[in-house]
Amino acid sequence: MPEGVRISDLRIIRDGKTIIPNLTMYIDRGKIVGLLGPSGSGKTTIMRSIVGVQASQSGSITVFGRTAGSKNLRTRIGYFTQSASIYTDLTCLENLRYFARILGQSEISVHEVLELVDLTKNQKQLASSLSGGEKARLALATALLGKPELLILDEPTVGLDPVLRRDLWNLFHKLADQGKTLLISSHVMDEADRCDSLYLLRDGRILAGGTPQELKEQTKTDDMEAVFISLVEKI
Amino acid sequence: MSIRRIWGTARRILSQLRHDPRTIALMILAPVLLMTILKYVYQNQPIVFQRVAASLLGIFPMLVMFLITSVGTLRERTSGTLERLLILPITKLEFILGYAKAFGIAALIQATIVSSVALGPLGLKIAGSQLMLIVVAILDALLGMAIGIFVSSFAKTEFQAVQFLPAVLFPQLLLSGLLVPRGSMPSILRIISDYLPLTYAVDATQKVVAGQGSVTRDFLILALFLFGLLAAGALTLKRKTK
Repeated sequence: MPEGVRISDLRIIRDGKTIIPNLTMYIDRGKIVGLLGPSGSGKTTIMRSIVGVQASQSGSITVFGRTAGSKNLRTRIGYFTQSASIYTDLTCLENLRYFARILGQSEISVHEVLELVDLTKNQKQLASSLSGGEKARLALATALLGKPELLILDEPTVGLDPVLRRDLWNLFHKLADQGKTLLISSHVMDEADRCDSLYLLRDGRILAGGTPQELKEQTKTDDMEAVFISLVEKI
Repeated sequence: MSIRRIWGTARRILSQLRHDPRTIALMILAPVLLMTILKYVYQNQPIVFQRVAASLLGIFPMLVMFLITSVGTLRERTSGTLERLLILPITKLEFILGYAKAFGIAALIQATIVSSVALGPLGLKIAGSQLMLIVVAILDALLGMAIGIFVSSFAKTEFQAVQFLPAVLFPQLLLSGLLVPRGSMPSILRIISDYLPLTYAVDATQKVVAGQGSVTRDFLILALFLFGLLAAGALTLKRKTK
C-alpha cells in the first residue's frame, strides 16, 4: 500500500499562542479518517497544514510521499473549507465551470459533481441566494471536481438535514471504496461512528486514536460523547 | 503559463461583473456625468474646458478602475476564494493576468465610451489624433487597475482599500503637471514626479491635445509601470499564511 498522509512533530505557533504543540499522525490511503474535537482544538489548522497553506514552526508533512504543498499535489487534493469558499455573485454552474477550467476538467465533470451533491436543479441559481447547506454542498462539489485522491473536508455536514447528511456519508464511503482517502473533521461526536478510524483532539493534542470500536472498548463506554469525556477526565 | 487558466479567470470576473449591473452602470455613467458637469461648469470659459477635459478624460477612468480592482481583489483575498484557488494548479501570475485581462476589457469599454461622449456631444476639440486620445485613456484606466491590484495587498479591509485612493493617487495627481506645469514646481517635487506613473499619463495626454511631440517614450514608461505593478501584485499573493 503506497503512503498516505504522514505528519511528524508538527509545531504551529500563531501570534505567540501555541496552536499545535507537537503533533504526529498518520492517515491510511483508502480510509475515512475522522478528526474530532471541540471548536478551537486545531482541526482546521491541521487540515490547512496538510493542504499546504499553513505556515509552521517545525515538523514535516508528506502527502503520498511528497512534501505538503508541492506543485504536483495540486490536482490530487480536494479541499473543502468551513466558510464555503465560493463566488457568491456567480451561479452554481459558473462557479463549478471556473474551478473546472483551472483544473482542466470537462463540462461533463461539472454536471457529475452537481448531481453528486444534489444541486442540479439549482444550477442556474446565484450562490448568494442558496441556503447555508446548499452553499456548503456547492463548495463540496468544487472539492470533488477532478476526482482528487485525497479529500480534506472541514466540517462538511454542519447544518445539513439528516437525510442529506446520510446521503453524503454514503458518498464518502463510496469514494473510500474507490480508493480515495478522506480526512473529515467534525465537532459532532455521533459522526465518529461513520469513520474507519478516528483521532480525538483537544487543545492541539491527540487524546486518542483508533477505530470507533477500539476507542469505546478502551474507555468502556458505548457512545463517542462518553469516550471523549472519559479521555479528557483521565488526563 | 496557461491561456486557459488566464482566460478562465478573466471570464469568471466578467461574469461576476455581469451579475452586478449597477456597478457596470456606475462605471460608465459616473465618468460621463462628471465630464458633462465639467462642460457646464466652464460654460463661460470654453478654453479652460478644452484644456482640463482632455486631461481628466484619462483620470476619471483611472480612479474608477482603481476603486473597482482594489476592492475586487481584496474581496477575493478576504473571502477565502484566493486561498482556495492557490492550492489548485493556477500560478500567481496567471491569476493576476486573469484580473488584468478582465478589468482591461472593462477599462477599454469604459474609456472608449467616455472619450466618445467627450469628443462628440460635449464638443471637446483636440489638435492631435482622437484615436490616440482614446488609447491614452485606456492606458490610464489600465494603470489605475494595476495600482489597484497592487495596493489591495496592503489593505486588510475595504475601508483601508478605499483610503488608498487619496493616499496613493491624489499625490500623483497633484505632482503630475495637471494643475501646475512641472517646470514651475520646486525641483524636489519635480524629481519625485519623474518617478510617478501618472506624470507620463498626463504628459502623453497633453502632447496628444497639443498635437505635437512623440508619445512613444511616455507609452513605454507607462507599459513598464503597468507590467512592474502587475508582477509586484503577483508577488504579494501568498500560498502559505500564518
